[in-house]
Amino acid sequence: MTRSKALPYLLLAPATLFLCVFFLYPFVLVAHEAVTRDGAYTFANFRTMAEHWKFPATFWNTMLLAIVVVPLQLVLALTMASIVSRVESGRGAILYIFAIPLGISDLAAGLIWLAIFEQSGFLNTWLVGLGVADQPVMFLGYQSKLSIFVAVVLAEVWRATAIMMVILVAGMGLIPKEYGEAAEVFGASAWKRFTRVTLPLLRPSLQTAIILRVILAFEVFAVVAALGGTNLPVLMGETYHWQFALQDRNVAAAYAMLILAISIGFTLFFLYALRVPKEARP
Amino acid sequence: MAEISIRKVAKHFGNFTALHSVDLTIADQEFLVLLGASGCGKTTLLRIVAGLETPSQGEVWIGGRRVDHLPPRDRGIAMVFQNYAVFPHLTVYENIAFGLRMKKLPQDEVDRRVRRTAELIHIEQLLKRYSGQLSGGQRQRVAVARALAMQPDVILMDEPLSNLDALLRLEMRAELKGVLAASKTTTVYVTHDQVEAMSLADRIAVMHQGRIVQAASPVEVYRNPAARFVGSFIGNPPMNFIPAKKAGDGRWSVAGMTLDGPRASRSEIEFAIRPEDVEVAPDGVPITVRVVEPLGAHTLITSDVEGHLFRAVLDSTTTVRTGDRLTLAPKPDRIRWFDPDTTAAL
Amino acid sequence: MTAILADAPAAARWDSRRRAGRFLMFAAIVLLCAWVLLPIYLLIVNALSSPNEVTGFPKRMLPSFDTGSISFFINFAGVAKALWNSILVAALTMVLSIGIGAPAGYALSRFDFPGKEAFRFLVLMTRAFPLPLLALPLAVMFIRTGLDDTPVGLAIVHTTLALPFAVLITFSLFSGIPFELEEAAWTLGCTRLQAFWKVVMPLALPGIAASAVFAFTISWNEVFAAAVLTIENRTLTAFLLQSLNVSPLYLKFAGGAALVVPALIFIFAVRKYLFAMWGIANR
Repeated sequence: MTRSKALPYLLLAPATLFLCVFFLYPFVLVAHEAVTRDGAYTFANFRTMAEHWKFPATFWNTMLLAIVVVPLQLVLALTMASIVSRVESGRGAILYIFAIPLGISDLAAGLIWLAIFEQSGFLNTWLVGLGVADQPVMFLGYQSKLSIFVAVVLAEVWRATAIMMVILVAGMGLIPKEYGEAAEVFGASAWKRFTRVTLPLLRPSLQTAIILRVILAFEVFAVVAALGGTNLPVLMGETYHWQFALQDRNVAAAYAMLILAISIGFTLFFLYALRVPKEARP
Repeated sequence: MAEISIRKVAKHFGNFTALHSVDLTIADQEFLVLLGASGCGKTTLLRIVAGLETPSQGEVWIGGRRVDHLPPRDRGIAMVFQNYAVFPHLTVYENIAFGLRMKKLPQDEVDRRVRRTAELIHIEQLLKRYSGQLSGGQRQRVAVARALAMQPDVILMDEPLSNLDALLRLEMRAELKGVLAASKTTTVYVTHDQVEAMSLADRIAVMHQGRIVQAASPVEVYRNPAARFVGSFIGNPPMNFIPAKKAGDGRWSVAGMTLDGPRASRSEIEFAIRPEDVEVAPDGVPITVRVVEPLGAHTLITSDVEGHLFRAVLDSTTTVRTGDRLTLAPKPDRIRWFDPDTTAAL
Repeated sequence: MTAILADAPAAARWDSRRRAGRFLMFAAIVLLCAWVLLPIYLLIVNALSSPNEVTGFPKRMLPSFDTGSISFFINFAGVAKALWNSILVAALTMVLSIGIGAPAGYALSRFDFPGKEAFRFLVLMTRAFPLPLLALPLAVMFIRTGLDDTPVGLAIVHTTLALPFAVLITFSLFSGIPFELEEAAWTLGCTRLQAFWKVVMPLALPGIAASAVFAFTISWNEVFAAAVLTIENRTLTAFLLQSLNVSPLYLKFAGGAALVVPALIFIFAVRKYLFAMWGIANR
């Protein structure tokens, strides 16, 4: 029809404009803020950030969290996705239950696990009830970094596995059943079928799921705030701290740049590591 | 009163040329079938007539009006789509009434037309159903009814029967022919099925690689293919082709026979004969039977002549077995000749 | 006969292995469901207990259905306003992201045009960026334009989060509606706009509603940008985050429950469309 040449651009214009003004431009701004101080270009903001006594702990806490949380989530998400794609009755109900955390705020997830780990919480109730502990243990105090870390890991795994699961279920749905059946006819065991047929064919979805999760792992913030307060500093939390408590926008911007750099670095890494060669695409 | 006139219409998609300057005139009330293999441009041509596709060049006239710059709604056409395009959120009644309501016809007129068309197409008992509750055949009927109810000048059909199973297709074919003849509407019908084309068409336009190769009555297209492609595409099994060498003025030597043919300056042309136009005779082409396929009414035998596939349809009373040697004589008035370079008939 | 007898042990082994496999599967499902549901249940138990029970020890596994915590939470200064702000911002985000995203999704599903891939790349790129960080530069930008500490300003940031999803979901929705239906409507007398309203919209509406709910949820749950961009007009998440250090446990848990319960309903409402949101990522 006539006009149809211009129509798609008209339809895309609002979204494009919006993303340019509120997505691309702000990132230019924050980058600019990170490398300037009082109008002059400088690396001082990054130096201030890196030389702060909390920085090494902040950086390594975030990294360590990502390194521990993401593989756990991957295994759990794969298990859940395999179950969902194999189960015959009640698939809808199971999928809904597995997907629930998808809709739960990270702050709420932190509070949920706070109910379990706080000193008068449910974990202590059970431990004392079973006689494992004589009196309630303080899991989330400033001296118990390890148990805070464990609580954060559990809360993160609980909260954010659903995203991976849904992506992987969708990906498994795209793999024709015949491949698995063919492998079965040729004598592959269930485990072999999973590792030799499903996993390789699932690579594009795995890539998406991992990239998304890794990026979100570096954004961990409210869960930590709810469970550990400032006892377990992480990058996003420090960004917030510099912006508000210390009122230094430039250092906050430097933190933002660091998070961005790490995110892009890992995205590129996984794009490369899990790429599917062109010839092997269906 | 709607004659369709397609004038020098071309369509390019990037570097690909879907249509090369096509000219075609379809007379008022004519049933024209666009026939060709997939990718030949027949659907593109139909969609250009409908206004769903803009031609890169050329003009389309319907009923004496130039329409190529008009949207589909202003062209006085109705269309039946390959996948029927029955609106799933509307009942059958509302589907048929859809176009009438867009025309803002009064309710009693809409109702009258919907019921009359539904009756004509035998779906009056389905009017309250939704598309999801219908079989493929019923959906097909709704799509046709929806087009007919518009009382358009032109009905365009894009492979309307291709998604039906074989028996239903046969039934719908006969019914479509009756209904469309009664409606006296100009019809353009796209199909890749030659049997459908032969049985429905007043005229067949055979398309190949973005060109109309021949536009003529079904019998003419079958008997006198204008090009080698038409002979090889229409007819099941298709025509046999054997190279012919010049053996004097208007005489050609074909697989050991010497036949009267066209006077051509070329030294080599192609001899063609339909499989049913040969008979077992003492003189003719000697062959060795490779495959025998009894098909009930006929027996199809396959062999080769000088390395070229050669098929013959023989009476089922002839008993032949694989390995038999036969001599097949072509019926002289059925022999056709083609230029191997231009592929045109001589 | 002998052949069948000889295979009997193998068949029995096969059978028992299958039964074991089925049991294992069942156990895994129960365990994983408990893993997801139990923590939520415990939070709800806390929310439905009196403040004394919440701070007391040991905990009971059943709620006492005391409304003390909840009424304390609702009457706490600023909570009502925060709740209202959360709803307002989420509603604005919903309208913005669908209003801007759906046309883009439609264009992607219906047209081939130069620049299409560039746009898709722009949308997918937003996923590789830690979007809540946008709040930092936008805070400055908003102060200049008077949008700081307003629901509209926050809704804009939340829209950058929700927009990619809105585009991708509506893209897959519209792709699922055959173009042929629209073309049929054109040939039956519709303009492009009429065909969209009469044919595409009725079919796409449930899915669009679902993606609107999803946009609402994204905004409802967002913490970082909300905390950075609002001071007076705190949303519920920002309010709870701000008061983490100072508020009593029962306020936190009641607040957590107030965040979780709507989320449960949202996810239930959009459960059919979960795949449209993420399945598309595979292409």
